[in-house]
Amino acid sequence: MKMLTENKKAAVLSILILVIGCLIWEVSIPAQKTAGELTEYELLTGGGQPKAGVPPPTDVLSKAWEQLSNPFYDAGPNDKGIGIQIGYSIYRVLTGYLLAAVIAIPLGFLIGMSSVAHKALNPFIQVLRPISPLAWMPLALFIIQDSEASAIFVIFICSIWPMLINTAFGVAGVREDWVNVARTHELGPVKTAFTVILPAAAPTIVTGMRISIGIAWLVIVAAEMLVGGTGIGYYVWNEWNNLDLTSVIFSILMIGVVGMLLDSIFGLLQRTVAYTE
Amino acid sequence: MAKPFLSIEQLTQRYPDRTGGEFTVFENASFGVEKGEFVCILGHSGCGKSTIMNILAGLAEPSSGVVKMDGMHVSGPSLDRGVVFQNYSLLPWLSALKNVTFGVAARFPQWDKAKVVEHSTAFLAKVGLAGDTIHRKPSQLSGGMRQRVSIARAFANEPKLLLLDEPFGALDALTRGTIQDELIKVWSDTDQTVFMITHDIDEAILLADRILLMTNGPMAQVAESVEITIPRPRNRTSIVEHPNYYAIRNHLVQFLGQRSAELAGQLGGEGLNSPKTVHIDLKDDTDTENPDPAPMLRAVEG
Repeated sequence: MKMLTENKKAAVLSILILVIGCLIWEVSIPAQKTAGELTEYELLTGGGQPKAGVPPPTDVLSKAWEQLSNPFYDAGPNDKGIGIQIGYSIYRVLTGYLLAAVIAIPLGFLIGMSSVAHKALNPFIQVLRPISPLAWMPLALFIIQDSEASAIFVIFICSIWPMLINTAFGVAGVREDWVNVARTHELGPVKTAFTVILPAAAPTIVTGMRISIGIAWLVIVAAEMLVGGTGIGYYVWNEWNNLDLTSVIFSILMIGVVGMLLDSIFGLLQRTVAYTE
Repeated sequence: MAKPFLSIEQLTQRYPDRTGGEFTVFENASFGVEKGEFVCILGHSGCGKSTIMNILAGLAEPSSGVVKMDGMHVSGPSLDRGVVFQNYSLLPWLSALKNVTFGVAARFPQWDKAKVVEHSTAFLAKVGLAGDTIHRKPSQLSGGMRQRVSIARAFANEPKLLLLDEPFGALDALTRGTIQDELIKVWSDTDQTVFMITHDIDEAILLADRILLMTNGPMAQVAESVEITIPRPRNRTSIVEHPNYYAIRNHLVQFLGQRSAELAGQLGGEGLNSPKTVHIDLKDDTDTENPDPAPMLRAVEG
Protein backbone atom coordinates (compact mmCIF):
# COMPACT_ATOMS: atom_id res chain seq x y z
CA MET A 1 0.00 0.00 0.00
CA LYS A 2 1.42 3.36 -0.96
CA MET A 3 1.90 5.96 1.74
CA LEU A 4 -0.53 8.85 1.84
CA THR A 5 0.86 12.34 2.28
CA GLU A 6 0.25 14.14 5.53
CA ASN A 7 -2.37 16.41 3.92
CA LYS A 8 -4.27 13.47 2.48
CA LYS A 9 -4.27 11.67 5.80
CA ALA A 10 -5.62 14.78 7.48
CA ALA A 11 -8.33 15.18 4.83
CA VAL A 12 -9.45 11.58 5.22
CA LEU A 13 -9.56 12.00 8.98
CA SER A 14 -11.57 15.23 8.70
CA ILE A 15 -14.16 13.60 6.47
CA LEU A 16 -14.36 10.64 8.83
CA ILE A 17 -15.00 12.92 11.80
CA LEU A 18 -17.70 14.77 9.83
CA VAL A 19 -19.45 11.58 8.78
CA ILE A 20 -19.34 10.04 12.27
CA GLY A 21 -20.50 13.29 13.86
CA CYS A 22 -23.44 13.53 11.48
CA LEU A 23 -24.33 9.88 12.05
CA ILE A 24 -24.38 10.31 15.84
CA TRP A 25 -26.47 13.45 15.39
CA GLU A 26 -28.90 11.66 13.03
CA VAL A 27 -29.29 8.64 15.32
CA SER A 28 -29.67 10.59 18.54
CA ILE A 29 -32.68 12.59 17.29
CA PRO A 30 -35.72 10.84 18.86
CA ALA A 31 -38.14 9.50 16.30
CA GLN A 32 -41.32 11.55 15.96
CA LYS A 33 -44.44 9.77 17.09
CA THR A 34 -46.53 8.83 14.11
CA ALA A 35 -49.88 10.53 13.90
CA GLY A 36 -51.75 7.24 13.49
CA GLU A 37 -51.39 6.27 17.13
CA LEU A 38 -53.07 9.45 18.42
CA THR A 39 -56.49 9.47 19.93
CA GLU A 40 -59.23 11.54 18.42
CA TYR A 41 -58.89 14.03 21.31
CA GLU A 42 -55.18 14.47 20.63
CA LEU A 43 -55.89 15.09 16.99
CA LEU A 44 -58.48 17.71 17.89
CA THR A 45 -56.08 19.53 20.22
CA GLY A 46 -53.39 19.70 17.60
CA GLY A 47 -51.25 16.94 19.08
CA GLY A 48 -50.98 15.55 15.58
CA GLN A 49 -48.44 18.24 14.66
CA PRO A 50 -44.96 16.86 15.12
CA LYS A 51 -43.30 18.44 18.13
CA ALA A 52 -40.59 20.97 17.41
CA GLY A 53 -37.26 19.28 17.90
CA VAL A 54 -33.68 19.49 16.79
CA PRO A 55 -33.73 18.56 13.12
CA PRO A 56 -31.49 15.77 11.85
CA PRO A 57 -28.56 16.63 9.56
CA THR A 58 -30.39 15.36 6.52
CA ASP A 59 -33.06 18.05 7.03
CA VAL A 60 -30.36 20.70 7.38
CA LEU A 61 -28.71 19.44 4.20
CA SER A 62 -31.90 19.60 2.19
CA LYS A 63 -32.59 23.07 3.63
CA ALA A 64 -29.10 24.15 2.57
CA TRP A 65 -29.68 22.79 -0.90
CA GLU A 66 -32.99 24.61 -1.15
CA GLN A 67 -31.56 27.91 0.10
CA LEU A 68 -28.29 27.82 -1.77
CA SER A 69 -29.92 26.92 -5.09
CA ASN A 70 -31.79 30.23 -4.95
CA PRO A 71 -29.87 32.47 -2.57
CA PHE A 72 -31.03 35.87 -3.83
CA TYR A 73 -34.82 35.64 -3.88
CA ASP A 74 -36.74 38.45 -2.27
CA ALA A 75 -40.31 37.71 -1.22
CA GLY A 76 -40.99 40.60 1.12
CA PRO A 77 -39.38 41.95 4.31
CA ASN A 78 -39.45 38.68 6.24
CA ASP A 79 -38.61 36.32 3.43
CA LYS A 80 -35.34 37.02 1.69
CA GLY A 81 -32.75 34.58 0.38
CA ILE A 82 -29.69 33.75 2.48
CA GLY A 83 -27.44 35.46 -0.08
CA ILE A 84 -29.25 38.78 0.39
CA GLN A 85 -29.07 38.50 4.19
CA ILE A 86 -25.35 37.70 4.17
CA GLY A 87 -24.80 40.46 1.63
CA TYR A 88 -26.33 43.01 4.02
CA SER A 89 -24.16 41.77 6.86
CA ILE A 90 -20.99 41.89 4.79
CA TYR A 91 -21.85 45.36 3.58
CA ARG A 92 -22.21 46.60 7.18
CA VAL A 93 -19.09 44.85 8.36
CA LEU A 94 -16.97 46.21 5.52
CA THR A 95 -18.30 49.77 5.85
CA GLY A 96 -17.65 49.93 9.59
CA TYR A 97 -14.38 48.09 9.19
CA LEU A 98 -13.01 50.34 6.45
CA LEU A 99 -13.97 53.47 8.38
CA ALA A 100 -12.11 52.03 11.35
CA ALA A 101 -9.05 51.23 9.21
CA VAL A 102 -8.98 54.74 7.75
CA ILE A 103 -8.76 56.16 11.25
CA ALA A 104 -6.85 53.43 13.10
CA ILE A 105 -3.89 53.01 10.75
CA PRO A 106 -2.80 56.68 10.47
CA LEU A 107 -3.49 57.20 14.17
CA GLY A 108 -1.53 54.05 14.97
CA PHE A 109 1.39 55.45 12.95
CA LEU A 110 1.26 58.63 14.99
CA ILE A 111 1.15 56.74 18.29
CA GLY A 112 3.92 54.41 17.18
CA MET A 113 6.23 57.21 16.09
CA SER A 114 5.65 59.70 18.88
CA SER A 115 5.95 58.60 22.47
CA VAL A 116 4.17 61.79 23.55
CA ALA A 117 1.15 60.83 21.45
CA HIS A 118 1.38 57.32 22.85
CA LYS A 119 1.39 58.50 26.44
CA ALA A 120 -1.39 61.03 25.81
CA LEU A 121 -3.75 58.65 24.02
CA ASN A 122 -3.02 55.44 25.88
CA PRO A 123 -5.41 56.08 28.84
CA PHE A 124 -8.32 56.65 26.43
CA ILE A 125 -7.50 53.53 24.46
CA GLN A 126 -7.20 51.43 27.60
CA VAL A 127 -10.60 52.58 28.90
CA LEU A 128 -12.48 52.43 25.61
CA ARG A 129 -11.03 49.15 24.37
CA PRO A 130 -12.60 46.72 26.88
CA ILE A 131 -16.11 48.13 26.38
CA SER A 132 -18.35 45.55 24.74
CA PRO A 133 -19.29 46.98 21.35
CA LEU A 134 -22.97 46.25 22.02
CA ALA A 135 -22.87 48.52 25.07
CA TRP A 136 -22.54 51.41 22.62
CA MET A 137 -25.77 50.40 20.88
CA PRO A 138 -28.30 52.42 22.92
CA LEU A 139 -26.16 55.54 22.75
CA ALA A 140 -25.57 55.02 19.03
CA LEU A 141 -29.28 54.53 18.36
CA PHE A 142 -30.13 57.68 20.31
CA ILE A 143 -27.49 59.89 18.71
CA ILE A 144 -27.49 58.54 15.17
CA GLN A 145 -31.24 57.79 15.16
CA ASP A 146 -30.80 55.20 12.43
CA SER A 147 -30.57 51.49 13.10
CA GLU A 148 -28.53 50.73 9.99
CA ALA A 149 -25.93 53.40 10.78
CA SER A 150 -25.88 52.34 14.43
CA ALA A 151 -24.97 48.79 13.46
CA ILE A 152 -22.16 50.17 11.28
CA PHE A 153 -20.99 52.32 14.19
CA VAL A 154 -20.85 49.28 16.46
CA ILE A 155 -18.70 47.47 13.88
CA PHE A 156 -16.51 50.56 13.60
CA ILE A 157 -15.96 50.82 17.35
CA CYS A 158 -15.18 47.13 17.81
CA SER A 159 -12.76 46.82 14.91
CA ILE A 160 -10.77 49.98 15.54
CA TRP A 161 -8.86 48.78 18.63
CA PRO A 162 -6.88 45.79 17.41
CA MET A 163 -5.88 47.72 14.28
CA LEU A 164 -4.89 50.80 16.26
CA ILE A 165 -2.89 48.90 18.85
CA ASN A 166 -1.16 46.61 16.37
CA THR A 167 -0.26 49.47 14.04
CA ALA A 168 1.22 51.46 16.91
CA PHE A 169 3.09 48.39 18.16
CA GLY A 170 4.38 47.50 14.70
CA VAL A 171 5.51 51.03 13.92
CA ALA A 172 7.20 51.50 17.29
CA GLY A 173 9.02 48.20 16.84
CA VAL A 174 10.61 48.99 13.47
CA ARG A 175 14.32 48.28 13.78
CA GLU A 176 16.41 51.38 14.31
CA ASP A 177 18.85 50.13 11.65
CA TRP A 178 16.21 50.32 8.95
CA VAL A 179 15.24 53.81 9.98
CA ASN A 180 18.95 54.70 9.86
CA VAL A 181 19.12 53.31 6.33
CA ALA A 182 16.31 55.69 5.40
CA ARG A 183 18.08 58.56 7.15
CA THR A 184 21.44 57.97 5.48
CA HIS A 185 19.62 57.88 2.15
CA GLU A 186 18.05 61.25 2.88
CA LEU A 187 14.48 60.00 2.58
CA GLY A 188 11.86 62.51 3.69
CA PRO A 189 9.39 61.61 6.46
CA VAL A 190 6.60 60.65 4.04
CA LYS A 191 8.90 58.54 1.87
CA THR A 192 10.37 56.89 4.98
CA ALA A 193 6.86 56.10 6.23
CA PHE A 194 5.85 54.44 2.97
CA THR A 195 9.07 52.75 1.85
CA VAL A 196 10.56 51.65 5.16
CA ILE A 197 8.19 51.84 8.12
CA LEU A 198 5.05 50.60 6.39
CA PRO A 199 6.63 47.46 4.89
CA ALA A 200 8.52 46.80 8.12
CA ALA A 201 5.38 47.10 10.24
CA ALA A 202 3.02 45.54 7.67
CA PRO A 203 2.99 42.02 9.16
CA THR A 204 1.96 43.37 12.57
CA ILE A 205 -0.58 45.76 11.03
CA VAL A 206 -2.18 43.03 8.94
CA THR A 207 -2.35 40.76 12.00
CA GLY A 208 -4.31 43.52 13.71
CA MET A 209 -6.57 43.83 10.69
CA ARG A 210 -7.17 40.10 10.73
CA ILE A 211 -8.13 40.13 14.40
CA SER A 212 -10.42 43.10 13.73
CA ILE A 213 -12.31 41.48 10.86
CA GLY A 214 -12.86 38.40 13.03
CA ILE A 215 -14.28 40.49 15.86
CA ALA A 216 -16.40 42.53 13.44
CA TRP A 217 -17.97 39.37 12.06
CA LEU A 218 -18.70 38.11 15.57
CA VAL A 219 -20.31 41.38 16.55
CA ILE A 220 -22.45 41.93 13.44
CA VAL A 221 -24.61 38.88 14.26
CA ALA A 222 -25.41 40.21 17.71
CA ALA A 223 -25.88 43.76 16.44
CA GLU A 224 -28.33 42.65 13.76
CA MET A 225 -30.32 40.64 16.28
CA LEU A 226 -30.85 43.95 18.07
CA VAL A 227 -31.46 46.31 15.16
CA GLY A 228 -33.43 43.85 13.05
CA GLY A 229 -34.64 44.31 9.50
CA THR A 230 -32.02 42.57 7.44
CA GLY A 231 -28.76 40.68 7.80
CA ILE A 232 -27.70 37.22 8.86
CA GLY A 233 -28.06 38.02 12.57
CA TYR A 234 -31.62 39.14 12.05
CA TYR A 235 -32.24 36.04 9.93
CA VAL A 236 -31.12 33.72 12.74
CA TRP A 237 -33.34 35.51 15.24
CA ASN A 238 -36.29 35.57 12.84
CA GLU A 239 -36.04 31.85 12.18
CA TRP A 240 -35.85 31.24 15.93
CA ASN A 241 -39.09 33.16 16.31
CA ASN A 242 -40.54 31.00 13.55
CA LEU A 243 -39.27 27.94 15.43
CA ASP A 244 -37.59 26.89 12.20
CA LEU A 245 -34.56 25.22 13.76
CA THR A 246 -33.44 23.79 10.45
CA SER A 247 -32.95 27.32 9.15
CA VAL A 248 -31.26 28.35 12.41
CA ILE A 249 -28.71 25.55 12.12
CA PHE A 250 -28.21 26.24 8.44
CA SER A 251 -27.57 29.95 9.07
CA ILE A 252 -25.20 29.19 11.94
CA LEU A 253 -23.16 27.12 9.48
CA MET A 254 -23.27 29.95 6.94
CA ILE A 255 -21.99 32.43 9.55
CA GLY A 256 -19.06 30.11 10.16
CA VAL A 257 -18.29 29.67 6.47
CA VAL A 258 -18.38 33.41 5.72
CA GLY A 259 -16.23 34.15 8.78
CA MET A 260 -13.71 31.60 7.62
CA LEU A 261 -13.62 33.15 4.13
CA LEU A 262 -13.07 36.66 5.53
CA ASP A 263 -10.29 35.35 7.74
CA SER A 264 -8.57 33.47 4.94
CA ILE A 265 -8.53 36.61 2.76
CA PHE A 266 -6.52 38.31 5.48
CA GLY A 267 -4.43 35.17 5.87
CA LEU A 268 -3.45 35.54 2.22
CA LEU A 269 -2.69 39.22 2.70
CA GLN A 270 -0.58 38.33 5.71
CA ARG A 271 1.46 35.93 3.66
CA THR A 272 2.14 38.52 0.96
CA VAL A 273 3.47 41.12 3.41
CA ALA A 274 5.44 38.66 5.56
CA TYR A 275 9.23 38.71 5.51
CA THR A 276 11.95 36.87 7.38
CA GLU A 277 14.87 38.74 8.85
CA MET B 1 48.39 74.13 6.49
CA ALA B 2 45.74 73.05 4.03
CA LYS B 3 42.69 71.51 5.58
CA PRO B 4 42.27 67.82 4.77
CA PHE B 5 39.21 66.65 2.83
CA LEU B 6 37.59 65.41 6.01
CA SER B 7 38.57 67.12 9.19
CA ILE B 8 37.44 66.17 12.65
CA GLU B 9 38.10 68.97 15.10
CA GLN B 10 37.99 68.80 18.88
CA LEU B 11 35.27 66.18 18.89
CA THR B 12 34.00 65.33 22.38
CA GLN B 13 31.19 63.04 23.40
CA ARG B 14 29.75 63.01 26.90
CA TYR B 15 26.78 61.14 28.29
CA PRO B 16 25.08 61.73 31.61
CA ASP B 17 25.88 58.84 33.92
CA ARG B 18 23.61 57.32 36.53
CA THR B 19 24.94 59.35 39.42
CA GLY B 20 23.99 62.61 37.75
CA GLY B 21 27.52 63.39 36.62
CA GLU B 22 28.98 63.08 33.17
CA PHE B 23 30.73 60.28 31.47
CA THR B 24 33.23 61.27 28.79
CA VAL B 25 33.58 58.71 26.03
CA PHE B 26 36.28 60.59 24.14
CA GLU B 27 37.61 64.08 24.32
CA ASN B 28 39.05 66.55 21.83
CA ALA B 29 39.52 63.96 19.13
CA SER B 30 41.07 65.68 16.13
CA PHE B 31 42.25 64.11 12.92
CA GLY B 32 41.93 64.41 9.19
CA VAL B 33 41.33 62.13 6.25
CA GLU B 34 42.57 62.96 2.76
CA LYS B 35 40.53 62.46 -0.37
CA GLY B 36 40.86 58.96 -1.75
CA GLU B 37 42.46 57.71 1.44
CA PHE B 38 41.53 54.46 3.19
CA VAL B 39 41.71 54.99 6.93
CA CYS B 40 41.05 52.37 9.59
CA ILE B 41 40.47 53.10 13.23
CA LEU B 42 41.54 50.54 15.81
CA GLY B 43 40.80 50.50 19.48
CA HIS B 44 39.31 48.46 22.26
CA SER B 45 35.56 48.24 22.83
CA GLY B 46 34.20 51.23 24.67
CA CYS B 47 36.66 53.74 23.25
CA GLY B 48 33.92 55.36 21.20
CA LYS B 49 34.82 54.17 17.70
CA SER B 50 31.19 53.54 16.85
CA THR B 51 30.19 56.88 18.31
CA ILE B 52 32.72 58.64 16.06
CA MET B 53 31.31 56.66 13.15
CA ASN B 54 27.74 57.67 14.00
CA ILE B 55 28.77 61.30 14.28
CA LEU B 56 30.50 61.14 10.89
CA ALA B 57 27.38 59.50 9.44
CA GLY B 58 25.26 62.25 10.96
CA LEU B 59 23.20 59.78 12.98
CA ALA B 60 24.43 61.22 16.28
CA GLU B 61 25.40 64.67 17.48
CA PRO B 62 28.67 65.25 19.35
CA SER B 63 28.63 67.05 22.69
CA SER B 64 31.11 69.49 21.22
CA GLY B 65 33.45 69.79 18.29
CA VAL B 66 32.86 69.86 14.57
CA VAL B 67 33.21 67.63 11.55
CA LYS B 68 33.96 69.32 8.24
CA MET B 69 33.90 67.64 4.88
CA ASP B 70 35.09 69.60 1.84
CA GLY B 71 35.08 72.65 4.09
CA MET B 72 31.38 72.20 4.82
CA HIS B 73 30.04 71.63 8.29
CA VAL B 74 28.57 68.13 8.64
CA SER B 75 25.25 67.86 10.41
CA GLY B 76 22.59 65.22 9.93
CA PRO B 77 22.76 62.23 7.62
CA SER B 78 23.44 62.75 3.95
CA LEU B 79 23.83 60.77 0.76
CA ASP B 80 27.36 62.20 0.55
CA ARG B 81 28.29 59.89 3.40
CA GLY B 82 27.45 56.26 2.77
CA VAL B 83 27.39 53.77 5.63
CA VAL B 84 27.91 50.01 5.73
CA PHE B 85 26.63 48.76 9.06
CA GLN B 86 27.97 45.74 10.88
CA ASN B 87 24.60 43.99 10.82
CA TYR B 88 24.18 44.68 7.06
CA SER B 89 20.97 46.67 7.57
CA LEU B 90 19.39 45.36 4.43
CA LEU B 91 15.64 45.77 4.15
CA PRO B 92 14.42 42.17 4.49
CA TRP B 93 11.30 42.62 2.39
CA LEU B 94 13.30 43.70 -0.67
CA SER B 95 15.45 41.51 -2.91
CA ALA B 96 19.22 42.06 -3.01
CA LEU B 97 18.86 44.06 -6.23
CA LYS B 98 16.00 46.15 -4.85
CA ASN B 99 18.06 46.92 -1.78
CA VAL B 100 20.71 48.41 -4.04
CA THR B 101 18.31 50.20 -6.40
CA PHE B 102 16.61 51.65 -3.32
CA GLY B 103 19.82 53.51 -2.55
CA VAL B 104 20.72 54.34 -6.15
CA ALA B 105 17.26 55.77 -6.86
CA ALA B 106 17.57 57.97 -3.77
CA ARG B 107 21.06 59.12 -4.79
CA PHE B 108 20.31 59.75 -8.47
CA PRO B 109 16.63 60.74 -8.63
CA GLN B 110 17.05 62.03 -12.18
CA TRP B 111 17.93 58.57 -13.55
CA ASP B 112 15.29 56.42 -15.19
CA LYS B 113 14.53 52.96 -13.89
CA ALA B 114 16.56 51.06 -16.48
CA LYS B 115 19.66 53.08 -15.68
CA VAL B 116 19.20 52.58 -11.94
CA VAL B 117 18.90 48.81 -12.41
CA GLU B 118 21.88 48.69 -14.76
CA HIS B 119 24.08 50.68 -12.37
CA SER B 120 23.01 48.55 -9.40
CA THR B 121 23.54 45.27 -11.23
CA ALA B 122 27.03 46.40 -12.22
CA PHE B 123 27.99 47.11 -8.62
CA LEU B 124 26.52 43.82 -7.41
CA ALA B 125 28.63 42.08 -10.06
CA LYS B 126 31.72 43.87 -8.72
CA VAL B 127 31.26 42.16 -5.36
CA GLY B 128 30.65 38.83 -7.08
CA LEU B 129 26.87 38.70 -7.02
CA ALA B 130 25.14 38.03 -10.31
CA GLY B 131 22.42 35.98 -11.93
CA ASP B 132 19.59 34.58 -9.90
CA THR B 133 21.18 35.46 -6.55
CA ILE B 134 20.44 39.16 -6.83
CA HIS B 135 16.71 38.50 -6.94
CA ARG B 136 16.73 36.66 -3.62
CA LYS B 137 15.65 38.17 -0.34
CA PRO B 138 18.34 38.81 2.29
CA SER B 139 16.98 35.94 4.42
CA GLN B 140 17.82 33.58 1.57
CA LEU B 141 21.42 34.80 1.41
CA SER B 142 24.37 33.84 3.59
CA GLY B 143 25.93 36.38 5.93
CA GLY B 144 28.78 36.98 3.52
CA MET B 145 26.44 37.56 0.61
CA ARG B 146 24.35 39.98 2.65
CA GLN B 147 27.39 42.03 3.52
CA ARG B 148 28.37 42.06 -0.15
CA VAL B 149 24.96 43.47 -1.00
CA SER B 150 25.44 46.08 1.69
CA ILE B 151 28.88 47.00 0.31
CA ALA B 152 27.48 47.16 -3.22
CA ARG B 153 24.70 49.44 -2.02
CA ALA B 154 27.20 51.79 -0.41
CA PHE B 155 29.63 51.88 -3.35
CA ALA B 156 26.86 52.18 -5.93
CA ASN B 157 25.80 55.43 -4.30
CA GLU B 158 29.27 56.85 -4.96
CA PRO B 159 29.32 58.86 -1.74
CA LYS B 160 32.09 61.36 -1.06
CA LEU B 161 32.92 59.45 2.09
CA LEU B 162 32.24 55.81 2.79
CA LEU B 163 31.92 54.72 6.41
CA LEU B 164 32.35 51.05 7.26
CA ASP B 165 31.36 50.03 10.76
CA GLU B 166 33.10 46.72 11.43
CA PRO B 167 31.70 45.37 8.19
CA PHE B 168 33.27 41.94 8.60
CA GLY B 169 32.74 41.57 12.33
CA ALA B 170 29.94 39.04 12.01
CA LEU B 171 31.58 36.89 9.34
CA ASP B 172 33.70 33.79 9.62
CA ALA B 173 37.41 34.13 8.83
CA LEU B 174 37.27 32.53 5.37
CA THR B 175 34.35 34.60 4.15
CA ARG B 176 35.96 37.66 5.65
CA GLY B 177 39.06 37.10 3.56
CA THR B 178 37.13 36.81 0.31
CA ILE B 179 35.09 39.90 0.97
CA GLN B 180 38.15 41.88 2.00
CA ASP B 181 39.61 41.04 -1.40
CA GLU B 182 36.41 42.17 -3.05
CA LEU B 183 36.38 45.36 -1.02
CA ILE B 184 39.94 46.15 -2.18
CA LYS B 185 38.92 45.43 -5.76
CA VAL B 186 35.89 47.70 -5.68
CA TRP B 187 37.80 50.37 -3.82
CA SER B 188 40.75 50.41 -6.21
CA ASP B 189 38.37 50.91 -9.16
CA THR B 190 37.08 54.08 -7.58
CA ASP B 191 38.74 56.97 -5.81
CA GLN B 192 36.51 56.46 -2.83
CA THR B 193 37.50 57.90 0.54
CA VAL B 194 36.90 55.22 3.16
CA PHE B 195 36.82 55.40 6.93
CA MET B 196 36.52 52.01 8.58
CA ILE B 197 36.21 50.66 12.08
CA THR B 198 37.75 47.29 12.75
CA HIS B 199 38.93 45.05 15.54
CA ASP B 200 41.18 43.06 13.31
CA ILE B 201 44.81 44.20 13.07
CA ASP B 202 45.62 42.12 9.99
CA GLU B 203 42.54 43.39 8.23
CA ALA B 204 43.55 46.97 8.99
CA ILE B 205 47.09 46.47 7.65
CA LEU B 206 45.78 44.79 4.51
CA LEU B 207 43.22 47.47 3.70
CA ALA B 208 44.37 50.79 5.09
CA ASP B 209 46.65 53.59 3.99
CA ARG B 210 46.73 54.78 7.55
CA ILE B 211 45.56 53.36 10.87
CA LEU B 212 44.33 55.56 13.69
CA LEU B 213 44.90 54.11 17.14
CA MET B 214 42.65 54.99 20.02
CA THR B 215 43.47 54.70 23.69
CA ASN B 216 41.04 52.98 26.01
CA GLY B 217 37.87 54.68 27.12
CA PRO B 218 36.57 56.50 29.00
CA MET B 219 38.32 59.74 28.03
CA ALA B 220 39.64 58.00 24.95
CA GLN B 221 42.04 59.77 22.60
CA VAL B 222 43.14 59.25 19.05
CA ALA B 223 46.76 58.77 20.02
CA GLU B 224 48.61 57.71 16.91
CA SER B 225 48.29 57.66 13.19
CA VAL B 226 50.30 54.78 11.78
CA GLU B 227 51.16 54.89 8.09
CA ILE B 228 51.07 51.57 6.32
CA THR B 229 54.26 51.61 4.29
CA ILE B 230 53.44 48.58 2.20
CA PRO B 231 52.90 49.30 -1.50
CA ARG B 232 49.65 48.42 -3.24
CA PRO B 233 48.34 46.29 -4.74
CA ARG B 234 48.47 44.20 -1.62
CA ASN B 235 47.59 40.59 -1.35
CA ARG B 236 46.83 38.69 1.80
CA THR B 237 49.31 35.95 1.09
CA SER B 238 52.25 38.04 -0.06
CA ILE B 239 51.78 40.97 2.30
CA VAL B 240 53.21 38.99 5.22
CA GLU B 241 56.49 38.64 3.37
CA HIS B 242 56.99 42.37 3.15
CA PRO B 243 59.69 43.45 5.63
CA ASN B 244 57.53 46.22 7.07
CA TYR B 245 54.59 43.94 7.81
CA TYR B 246 55.69 42.53 11.12
CA ALA B 247 57.27 45.78 12.24
CA ILE B 248 53.93 47.54 11.77
CA ARG B 249 51.98 44.65 13.17
CA ASN B 250 54.15 44.46 16.28
CA HIS B 251 53.75 48.16 16.80
CA LEU B 252 49.97 47.85 16.61
CA VAL B 253 49.82 44.79 18.84
CA GLN B 254 52.03 46.48 21.38
CA PHE B 255 49.88 49.58 21.32
CA LEU B 256 46.60 47.72 21.74
CA GLY B 257 48.00 45.27 24.24
CA GLN B 258 49.79 47.73 26.48
CA ARG B 259 50.07 51.38 25.60
CA SER B 260 46.35 51.88 24.88
CA ALA B 261 45.75 51.25 28.58
CA GLU B 262 48.79 53.19 29.79
CA LEU B 263 47.97 56.23 27.69
CA ALA B 264 44.29 56.20 28.59
CA GLY B 265 43.21 59.58 29.86
CA GLN B 266 46.79 60.94 29.85
CA LEU B 267 46.84 62.97 26.71
CA GLY B 268 44.06 65.27 27.86
CA GLY B 269 45.50 68.61 26.85
CA GLU B 270 43.91 71.71 25.46
CA GLY B 271 43.46 71.22 21.77
CA LEU B 272 46.78 69.52 21.21
CA ASN B 273 45.26 66.19 20.43
CA SER B 274 46.17 65.55 16.86
CA PRO B 275 47.49 62.02 16.71
CA LYS B 276 51.23 61.52 16.50
CA THR B 277 52.22 60.31 13.05
CA VAL B 278 54.13 57.05 13.11
CA HIS B 279 56.06 56.05 10.03
CA ILE B 280 57.56 52.60 10.10
CA ASP B 281 59.67 51.69 7.12
CA LEU B 282 62.65 49.43 7.54
CA LYS B 283 64.01 50.47 4.17
CA ASP B 284 64.66 54.11 4.98
CA ASP B 285 65.88 56.09 7.92
CA THR B 286 62.78 58.16 8.62
CA ASP B 287 61.53 55.56 11.05
CA THR B 288 60.61 57.55 14.08
CA GLU B 289 59.38 54.66 16.12
CA ASN B 290 62.19 52.17 15.73
CA PRO B 291 65.33 54.26 15.34
CA ASP B 292 67.54 51.25 15.91
CA PRO B 293 66.16 48.31 14.01
CA ALA B 294 67.82 45.01 14.53
CA PRO B 295 71.07 45.23 12.57
CA MET B 296 71.46 42.83 9.75
CA LEU B 297 73.98 40.10 10.32
CA ARG B 298 77.16 40.93 8.48
CA ALA B 299 80.14 38.87 7.73
CA VAL B 300 83.07 40.33 9.56
CA GLU B 301 86.34 40.24 7.86
CA GLY B 302 89.48 39.12 9.54
